[in-house]
Amino acid sequence: MSEPLTIAVPRGTLFGGTLDLLDKLGIDTAEVRSNDRKLLFADVGIVTMRPSDVPTYVEHGSADIGITGKDVLLEQSSRKVYELLDLGYGRCEMVVAASDRGDPIADALRRLGRVRIATKYPRVAAEHFAETGRQAEIVEVKGSVELAPLTGLVDGIVDLTASGKTLAENNLRVMEQIATCTARLIANPVAHKLKAEPIDSILERIRA
Amino acid sequence: MTHPIPPGTRDVLPEEMRELRAIGDRMRACFERAGYGEVHTPALEYEDVLRRGEARAAGARYRTFDESGAVLALRSDMTIPVARVVATRYADAEPPLRFSYLARAWRATDRGVGEPREFLQGGLELIGIPGAEGEAEVVALTIAALDDAGLRRHRVGVGDGALYSSLLTSFGVPEDAHLPMMESLSRRDLVGLEGQVNALGLGDDERDLLVRLPQIRGGREVLDRADTAGLDGLRELHELLAERGVADRVIFDLGLVRELGYYTGSVFEVYDPAVGFTLGGGGRYDELIGRFGRDLPACGLALDVQRVHLAQAAEETLG
Repeated sequence: MSEPLTIAVPRGTLFGGTLDLLDKLGIDTAEVRSNDRKLLFADVGIVTMRPSDVPTYVEHGSADIGITGKDVLLEQSSRKVYELLDLGYGRCEMVVAASDRGDPIADALRRLGRVRIATKYPRVAAEHFAETGRQAEIVEVKGSVELAPLTGLVDGIVDLTASGKTLAENNLRVMEQIATCTARLIANPVAHKLKAEPIDSILERIRA
Repeated sequence: MTHPIPPGTRDVLPEEMRELRAIGDRMRACFERAGYGEVHTPALEYEDVLRRGEARAAGARYRTFDESGAVLALRSDMTIPVARVVATRYADAEPPLRFSYLARAWRATDRGVGEPREFLQGGLELIGIPGAEGEAEVVALTIAALDDAGLRRHRVGVGDGALYSSLLTSFGVPEDAHLPMMESLSRRDLVGLEGQVNALGLGDDERDLLVRLPQIRGGREVLDRADTAGLDGLRELHELLAERGVADRVIFDLGLVRELGYYTGSVFEVYDPAVGFTLGGGGRYDELIGRFGRDLPACGLALDVQRVHLAQAAEETLG
């Protein structure tokens, strides 16, 4: 039963915290740290990828467990993965933000009956506005979301912010908090049963 | 030029079809030898009739009208049609009754791994044998059918779908708090569930049990480690499975719940280490046939034949 686990590790802002965590678990991350072009580290059971790909690999079972942000899990809520643990690091807020002059969201809703929102999280944004009883047109963008309201493309944005600095530099301010997001440990449903011992051993060591 | 087919459906060409057919035939022969006669029911049923079995018509995806305006739905599983058959065509037959099927069903699904909207189910229903005795027969026969189909490493996860909500009730948690917690449990959002449990303001022991339970899975020993009432049925099931020589193929999973609304007790899921998705599932549904007018306990399990094929191919690749 002591089959090694394959762990999906997110590159990007969660990368450092995740490697620190794996070090504490006794997994050798030296090669992962030193080689940022290589993706698969079979000796230590690590595969590295974008955070938003982690649920895909874990759902399919190509990785047994993985680490990704709650923001990714909220956006991909139909993925069949188990969310085992809040790892605490990588804390940031999913917010609605708009120009720091006036209240363009309220103005659009009052005068036009709907608000236009740019985001990389179309599902989270659509659900948030639906739940709060407001009609929203969601505009999905891939790059810097902060640009969209500055150019008049939209009235506001839904995005992640850690310090609020980028928002402030672009004359945007937080209007509403949607959720606090931290790194989460997720598992493939079948691996959770068939590799219960190594998964539980990792959970215990993280909790300790 | 493309001529599309509906999303979630697919064409099967001869080479794959031969392999699927072989798997289905071996499963069917195994069920038949065990006394489970094959039944076939209409692909289209009146939606009202399916809804009598389960409020959401068990997730039926496709609906249409007939010339009188009645709503017809493509069946989403075979369990509800078999329950209807038992209550109507076998209204006076002496139980137990045993039926098997190899039939297509259609279900509303989001996109997902190997998750089509049209799928071929091979399954069995055992009617009239209550409790662990009936469940042991169904689980053991499922394992045997997969052996015959060529799998070597398959396992069956067994849980009690009523356990968690009965614990909530015994701890005095109000009914309206159950549903969101059961939804978290069903998705195994254990972070969300822990938050919901903490908000209940229970004593430490009760709180710990509710947080711990969904993580408890493994062999017979977990039934003692769990330290809770309500596991006698699973203990008895283990004994009966041991008598049938398949206890080591079973994983007890105390957090297991199934999405369909008609299950009343034990629930099953089938796994193979070669693939990351379940091959099928089932459970005990003691009230379903009663909704069609004949009060009989029953349990059953259905396998997705295409997924069994994927697992078999993956096992071969892994060697």
